[in-house]
Amino acid sequence: MRTIMTGNQAVAEAVKLAKTEVIAAYPITPQTVIVEKLAEMVDSGELDAEFIRVESEHSALASVYGSAVAGKRSFTATSSHGLLYMYEMVWWVANARVPLVMSVVTRTIGPPWNIHTDHTDILTMRDSGWIISMAENVQEAFDLTIQGFKICEELSLPFTAGMDAFQLSHTSEVVDLPDQETVDEFLPERKQSYVFGDEDFTVGSIGPNEYTFKLRKDTFETMLKAEKVVEKVSREYEELTGRNCGLFEEYKLDDAEYAIVMMGAWSGDAKDAIDELRREGIPIGLLKLRYVRPMPRKIKRVLEGKEVLVLDRDCSMGVGGILGLELKSFVDNVSNVIAGVGGVDVGVEELVKMFSLFVEGKLEETWWFV
Amino acid sequence: MLKEITILSFGGQGGVTAARILALAAVKDGKFAQAIPQFGAERRGSLVRSYLRLSDREIRRHSSIRKADVVSIFAEKILKMVELKDYLKENGIVIINSETGGDYCVNASEIALSLNLVSAGWPIVNTAMAGAMAKVLGISMDSLLKAINETFHGKLAESNSKAAEKAYEVVHKCR
Repeated sequence: MRTIMTGNQAVAEAVKLAKTEVIAAYPITPQTVIVEKLAEMVDSGELDAEFIRVESEHSALASVYGSAVAGKRSFTATSSHGLLYMYEMVWWVANARVPLVMSVVTRTIGPPWNIHTDHTDILTMRDSGWIISMAENVQEAFDLTIQGFKICEELSLPFTAGMDAFQLSHTSEVVDLPDQETVDEFLPERKQSYVFGDEDFTVGSIGPNEYTFKLRKDTFETMLKAEKVVEKVSREYEELTGRNCGLFEEYKLDDAEYAIVMMGAWSGDAKDAIDELRREGIPIGLLKLRYVRPMPRKIKRVLEGKEVLVLDRDCSMGVGGILGLELKSFVDNVSNVIAGVGGVDVGVEELVKMFSLFVEGKLEETWWFV
Repeated sequence: MLKEITILSFGGQGGVTAARILALAAVKDGKFAQAIPQFGAERRGSLVRSYLRLSDREIRRHSSIRKADVVSIFAEKILKMVELKDYLKENGIVIINSETGGDYCVNASEIALSLNLVSAGWPIVNTAMAGAMAKVLGISMDSLLKAINETFHGKLAESNSKAAEKAYEVVHKCR
């Protein structure tokens, strides 16, 4: 069905079509609309799920931790300070290998108090063991949420589907929604990897240090395996819907001498900027990351021989952008720019200017683009 | 081709809803569309910007609209509050809820009042302005009515449809 929807509405639709059984959430702008819509769906009987009202984000994630451990398909959503308030549970869920989906509508962390997008909040999850994805548009926010359930259940790792505050969460744009039958074919009922009562096991208990070591190593190895699982699930989804949502997207990269690497809603603006520069004969392209974890290692090969500019909407103080740091660890010829932090509007005009400076070799390293 | 439209309205006049209804109508016409509300300290009575993009191709950009091809002004008073050239491209088009002051004029307040589209003493001009904008932007009345009927229900759908139809009919060049 082709219609228009905001990112928040689209994610709520995805959660409904995934036949999610338990939802817990605490409201925070700009994520609130997702759980409002879901609450309405549960109230009207459109969605047969348990909706748990909680007193904080910490409890929201703790609730779905419990329901997911008990075998139920579970969902929560948050943003910024909400994410930070549940931070303990973010790690608890990952280290206990609990499959569930959380939408993170990326929002600047205060002070100053700020409701607009940057990516620092979702990247605080980077080292925890969550699968971390980021949408470019409302369609991808929908597609990644649906795929997230399958990916997290195959890997026994929690999945977060990120999307930019307002630019996606509150922007209405064209989406094509699959019907229930198609989603059912793609996403079977959740199967619990263990059954209560069959044998003794514990979740979240104390153990010898060596157990912890072994579990971390195991999660690390699962994250390496996750690249293949994401690609497999994305192909399955493509067969049914025609849309690929793999680890990354290449845009006009084949013959490019200059490559931009970035993630999120402003990647769309970058595509328009690249088209403008291409008209002037500049061989430039884009590699859009859809996933930060797993970090798609094969982009090293794709970017080989190119001058690379990593664009960050986040930063690590005194060092650089977080994606810049990541890419520098395994890709050659990487420059890094920080822009759009705190929701500062960066559009096609600014990106054309920035990319031109980069091509001319006039970009300073870890430059704060104003 | 990409067409960018900025709506300037007062909080409570329905600028955000107008952008969404027009986007939905354009999609029903087979086009691509995007409606972005500008969030900040917006509240009832303050100046609100809403953005609308229309195109024959997928719309990829998500940044705000700087200088628009078309600016739609929901209240004459707004002209005194803003520098129009900050919002409008050279040779851009202005659609205004007034008898004068734009390239296209429509008395949307009068249309809203005549249909009793009033909230807390204010005429709610969004659907009348959407009708006028649809005419200027080449969005079909048929799709606009469908979009209005998906947004409002019952009596409200009826009077909002009438407001859009009336404005579509009477909007005229005034420069």
